[in-house]
Amino acid sequence: MEKLVQTLKEEIIEALNLVEMVPEDINEEAPLFVDGLGLDSIDALELTVLLEKKYGIKIKTAEEGKKILYSVKSMADCIIAGGKAWD
Amino acid sequence: MTDVFIVSDNIITSLGFSTGENASNMTAGITGIRLISDESLSPDPFYVSLVDTDRLRGTFSQILDPEEFTRFEQMAILSIKAAVAATKIDFSGERTLFILSTTKGNIDLLGKNTGKNDPGLYLWHTAKRLGDFFRFRINPLVISNACTSGLQAVITGSRLIRAGYYDNVVINGTDIISEFVVSGFSSFKSLSTGPCRPFDSTRDGLSLGEGSGTIILTNNKGASKQTFRIRVGMGFSGNDANHISGPSRTGEGLFLVTDRVMKNSPSMPDFISAHGTGTLYNDEMEAIALTRAGLQNIPVNSFKGYWGHTLGAAGVIELAMCVHSMNNNVLFPTKGFREPGLENKLNVIDRVIKTEVNACLKTASGFGGCNSALYLFKT
Amino acid sequence: MTGYYITGYCIIRNNEASVNGKPVFSAHGKNTREFFTDLYKFLDSDYPKFHKMDNLCKLGFLSSELILKKNGVRTIFSGSDTGVILANSSSSLDTDRMHQVTIINRAAYFPSPAVFVYTLPNIVIGEICIRNKITGEGSFFIQEKLNPVFLTDYIRCLLDCEIINRCIAGWLQVDGDDCDAMMCLIEKTDKPISGFVNFEPSVIRDIYNLRI
Repeated sequence: MEKLVQTLKEEIIEALNLVEMVPEDINEEAPLFVDGLGLDSIDALELTVLLEKKYGIKIKTAEEGKKILYSVKSMADCIIAGGKAWD
Repeated sequence: MTDVFIVSDNIITSLGFSTGENASNMTAGITGIRLISDESLSPDPFYVSLVDTDRLRGTFSQILDPEEFTRFEQMAILSIKAAVAATKIDFSGERTLFILSTTKGNIDLLGKNTGKNDPGLYLWHTAKRLGDFFRFRINPLVISNACTSGLQAVITGSRLIRAGYYDNVVINGTDIISEFVVSGFSSFKSLSTGPCRPFDSTRDGLSLGEGSGTIILTNNKGASKQTFRIRVGMGFSGNDANHISGPSRTGEGLFLVTDRVMKNSPSMPDFISAHGTGTLYNDEMEAIALTRAGLQNIPVNSFKGYWGHTLGAAGVIELAMCVHSMNNNVLFPTKGFREPGLENKLNVIDRVIKTEVNACLKTASGFGGCNSALYLFKT
Repeated sequence: MTGYYITGYCIIRNNEASVNGKPVFSAHGKNTREFFTDLYKFLDSDYPKFHKMDNLCKLGFLSSELILKKNGVRTIFSGSDTGVILANSSSSLDTDRMHQVTIINRAAYFPSPAVFVYTLPNIVIGEICIRNKITGEGSFFIQEKLNPVFLTDYIRCLLDCEIINRCIAGWLQVDGDDCDAMMCLIEKTDKPISGFVNFEPSVIRDIYNLRI
């Protein structure tokens, strides 16, 4: 889990061009899309591409997307659960 | 100030090869949007409005060899030719400017063997090929302002005539369906699960479409074979200054341009031809902007339910249909609209209405936060 | 006397940048992307969104920062009376090619929204408008080469009709390693101040042809 969280942070920084950030800047429990990293709707779409490309996870609905992309931890949970949103 | 008139137009879409043929099909309630399974365009089936390829080649082969011209060029040439033929204007001199409005031109060449540096990929080159074919003397201008390109091309053309630089401006807007564009909109999750439903409560995305439209502007009152009386009023563009892809939540740019247009126009429009893509956020943004501008009660429609979102061609194609509405005193319904689905209510046209149509407001919005609005009226 | 003046201009090409004819930054031996990052750091713009932009938008953003910053402070021209009128010859083809790579192979078909959104040339107008809160006229023209007469005619027409009072105008070309920018700030002012340059096609041409 810890390793996955670290990997995800690195992948997020790379995929979203968060050039001025390091993995330690991202709190895995904190919401990704409220203030924090200053992410927007394109970033959300880009993260869904990341999950599909690297982990074969397809997000089907916007509701599901909101749950899975809530935080780095929720993304990791989803990957471990094999693509299911973790409530 | 010099008056600018729209004296001729043509549109080519899935619903026909002339403005009149399109209008007949619209009156009959027909949509050109279909579910297509075509691996060369998308791995998954999707709803799209395509120009009939056999008819395009067949019609084009009557004047030229289709092998010598791309699909994009075939559509554009046929549309320009039809519009030009309907006027008595001599376009060969230095007082005529040709403007091409497109987002992606021959982008399908990028996926073909011709290589990454095919000159056909350069939009100025494409415009020059079209301009040379019609022997327009002045170097053509290309406007590429995302989905507002077509409307902005008409606004730009009318300004250049008013300022005295040209007497005639021939504007063609064309965009084709390609794997490039379909994959992009698909990655944005903006494609609808059925034919698009602008302003409807169940709308869930846009339907892409292809087509070509031509509008001819002139300051010469006697230029058309038909009686004409459509004058180009004020038009402006403006930016949301908010986000490069997401519609502004306050409708800022669209409000600013419609408000400015209305402050410079002689009367309220009889209808508004909105952008109305059918995505959740675009349509709501338009409702907010039009409400802020005090235009919420004016009858409004979107043409996208008939032939989809034709991107850089949309402004020209849709404006040509506005001209048809005015000339024939008819308002077309918003195909796909069934029940109101906006927080800010609009007066969405839901049936064919025969009524006096003396003035119209056309709007468009697009990626990059751009918005345009233009007023047309009868003299 | 009220007239139109070029109150600032910049050139970016050959990994060098100049403002009002004076070289301000160079970083040789870097690729385009690295050079842009170095220039961004030099300008101290503190705008992390810069890193998300494609090369055309970076070039436009950097050019606008160069002409709007005076003594390190950015002049604010927010609102609808500023226009952004830009042109180039290759549209967004540089990024179009990147998007094409993501869809060429069905087995690895992952079109990226963050790439696709930049496959329109006018996005750079949006980026400059967002940065400066500009809500005025915007247009992107594609022409074979810089056409100073057309640009001047059109911008004059916007200024004459009071559609705008000032304009950020320029040529922004990115096509592979071909990177070439010229940007001007054109303002309507009451009295010419010494050092201000007349807004005329010949001046635009001279600025564009400046050697850094």
